[in-house]
Amino acid sequence: PAPVFQRSVSVADCPGTSSAQAGRAAACQGCPNQRLCAAGAAAPDPGEGGPEAAGAEARGAGLRAVRHTILVLSGKGGVGKSTFSALLAHGLAADEAKQVALLDIDICGPSIPKMMGLEGEQVHQSGSGWSPVYVEENLGVMSVGFLLSSPDDAVIWRGPKKNGLIKQFLRDVDWGEIDYLIVDTPPGTSDEHLSIVQYLGAAHVDGAVIITTPQEVSLQDVRKEINFCHKVKLPIIGVVENMSGFICPKCKNESQIFPPTTGGAEKMCQNLNISLLGKVPLDPQIGKSCDKGQSFLSEAPESPASSSYRSIIQRIQEYCDQHQFQGEKII
Amino acid sequence: LFSFLPERSNLAGVRHILLVLSGKGGVGKSTISTELALSLRHSGKKVGILDVDLCGPSIPRMFRVQDNDVHQCDSGWVPVFVDQDKSISLMSIGFLLEKPDDAVVWRGPKKNALIKQFVADVAWGDLDFLIVDTPPGTSDEHISTVEALRPYKPLGAILVTTPQAVSVGDVRRELMFCKKTGLQVLGIVENMSGFVCPHCSECTNIFSKGGGEELAKHAGVPFLGECCVPLDPQLSQSLEEGRDFIREFPKSSAFPALAHIAQQILDGMSQRSS
Repeated sequence: PAPVFQRSVSVADCPGTSSAQAGRAAACQGCPNQRLCAAGAAAPDPGEGGPEAAGAEARGAGLRAVRHTILVLSGKGGVGKSTFSALLAHGLAADEAKQVALLDIDICGPSIPKMMGLEGEQVHQSGSGWSPVYVEENLGVMSVGFLLSSPDDAVIWRGPKKNGLIKQFLRDVDWGEIDYLIVDTPPGTSDEHLSIVQYLGAAHVDGAVIITTPQEVSLQDVRKEINFCHKVKLPIIGVVENMSGFICPKCKNESQIFPPTTGGAEKMCQNLNISLLGKVPLDPQIGKSCDKGQSFLSEAPESPASSSYRSIIQRIQEYCDQHQFQGEKII
Repeated sequence: LFSFLPERSNLAGVRHILLVLSGKGGVGKSTISTELALSLRHSGKKVGILDVDLCGPSIPRMFRVQDNDVHQCDSGWVPVFVDQDKSISLMSIGFLLEKPDDAVVWRGPKKNALIKQFVADVAWGDLDFLIVDTPPGTSDEHISTVEALRPYKPLGAILVTTPQAVSVGDVRRELMFCKKTGLQVLGIVENMSGFVCPHCSECTNIFSKGGGEELAKHAGVPFLGECCVPLDPQLSQSLEEGRDFIREFPKSSAFPALAHIAQQILDGMSQRSS
């Protein structure tokens, strides 16, 4: 069916993010996103100028110097993307000499502020743009969560508005010089994913880490995500299999709560010739740490899940180091 | 002289429309949609499931009909029947893909166009319930689905969450979506709440406990099932293989809560009808 383009409005009658009236029109009164729109005044339409122009502009101001960019993806929801993104950020920032940035582009369901213990924090504006919220001196975070006034506020936006905000996150946030930019994404293969790849430029991304759980219902969505990566020429660093088995704390027997009925991530990676970065077992402490906004790696360093995560993070670092070396060679 | 007969809408024979929502991904929306359909079927109802998750359509596989095609008839698209009985029918983009691994990489407007077609062009016939399974979030799919269904007065929405705060946080936003769109919240389901070790019967709260129940209280909406749906490997296995969990595993740990949820929906229906 031929798509009918609708420059559609959200539920209230809003002027649009890119409008000069964004956040200022009469219809904006009482809208939970009013502050958000008013903060990013008159952003040009991301649909204009083509992807290259948008990309060049995006990389120009906000992201001055980024050594490595890692996208955390999954076709499937609820497999642990944000959990992993948060732990990857903590893991990389453990080296105080490295500057790490965590960008949350899940506009409808921003989990990162809570997981990083930054719920309730707000974004400050300065002459050089929006300031990321810092967890540590060398770990800065940005999310739509920081722009909402209440935890109940829903961001009920269609694609074009979401794209506009993502572009602002890249262009208007004063990230400074960064060693690692980690981008946490919502599930799926839609606006957010197309936009982030376009704005960053696939050639500038070291690669994607793809998260799954062992069951086929996850893998069938993850295969689609892998296809998406191929389509947009995004290299894949590897796959992480989360929730891979559960060891009962009492009797120490293992149960497969999410059974790998079709061979799990291992078989899928073999079939598709992709690296399996590691498998992480279920640990009730992971969810608790996320809810408390603490790093699971610090709270439960002895857990088998911690050692799995650490080994995966190391493999990602090694991949990035190699990638940089190759890049320098070409120059 | 011409007499223009009004076309009978494809949703004219559908008695109740129910949306299954969650701000959060991976909490069990498709699972709950599937189990609710199976339970309602066992109570003698005719049920349809409309799967509007265009990027990650899970429904076809949960009924083991992922290889089926969609055919056309005079009134539109024929939904895929799960068995000879024709008591459960499905529509999903999963049936329209050339290859199962094909990614649907569409921006909002294209997604909206297909959802409009799904709502208008599927020849559901007479159904007691149409369950609409959604992707996580509050975006194009949700706005378009609610807008397209508005003339048919959807019954309401069931919100699914897991117990932890990170999930509940997203579901609170979904509650706001329902409020803003005028969708009645029939209740909240707390899924994946507790795992009983099959070896020693120790219960571990892998994803915490109680968040869904607390949210229901805080929001003033019914807590469906009146108990949580636990993690149940038999349920996971059943869904993987497209089996009828409600018929085959009545003694399983998730069965009581799932059956109770269906009963509450049925009770709600009969109250409304009378």
